[in-house]
Amino acid sequence: MEYDNEMEVSFKAAGENEAFARTVVCAFILGLDPCIRDMNDIKTAVSEAVTNSIIHGYFGSKSGCVRLWCGISKTTVYIEVADDGKGIENIPLAMEPLYTGRPDMERSGLGFTIMQSFMDDVKVESAVGKGTRVFMSKQLGRAEQE
Amino acid sequence: MDISFERHKNCLVVNILGDIDHHFADLVRDRIDNEAVESGAKNIVFDLSKVDFMDSSGIGMIIGRYKYTLNKGGFTAVTGLSVNLKKLMLLSGLYRIIKIYDSVEAAEKAV
Repeated sequence: MEYDNEMEVSFKAAGENEAFARTVVCAFILGLDPCIRDMNDIKTAVSEAVTNSIIHGYFGSKSGCVRLWCGISKTTVYIEVADDGKGIENIPLAMEPLYTGRPDMERSGLGFTIMQSFMDDVKVESAVGKGTRVFMSKQLGRAEQE
Repeated sequence: MDISFERHKNCLVVNILGDIDHHFADLVRDRIDNEAVESGAKNIVFDLSKVDFMDSSGIGMIIGRYKYTLNKGGFTAVTGLSVNLKKLMLLSGLYRIIKIYDSVEAAEKAV
């Protein structure tokens, strides 16, 4: 697929970079003049995916790297969040509402549910011991039509 | 990002300024718990009127404080929700266990 515009950044899997990740995506798509609702939905979905990489992929060790890619085609935003962490053994289970792989933490288990609700499409690919890739898309402007 | 507290009778009001993500939730969790224990309050009211952004980490943090107040026989409430935060409360089902009020005063009256 050919995109009108693309960007990619990588950063250390540290909690303080969650804000950086969602801000950089917002800055990148600003040229499309998104409404506040679309912007908030995308910010939240990016935050969830990056948090998953940090606390599940790398188990909060700050030892790895998270790659964030964003593409634009017409009025649709495509986002990929990828890590080289431990991977997900059972993707359907991990995507179930309220399921958390970190019962030791105060996690709500709603990360993937929020991504699916706030974006039009969410795909997850993962290999145990190799990493996880979350690919999401959202067409801008639909919220205004609702 | 900042957090401040007000002690009102049996109610601890938690004022949060900034984005509540995993990083910030981790930072404030212990501070809220320490303040709750020190104040002896059995109810917690979160004033989120200065929170522009929250994700599921914020939901987890609020549920954790809800469990604390439940054990004390009290309750947890939230006020000052933006449209985005309201959407998150509805999606997560949090509104079923955490009461939403228009103001801190309204939440305290309900105690």
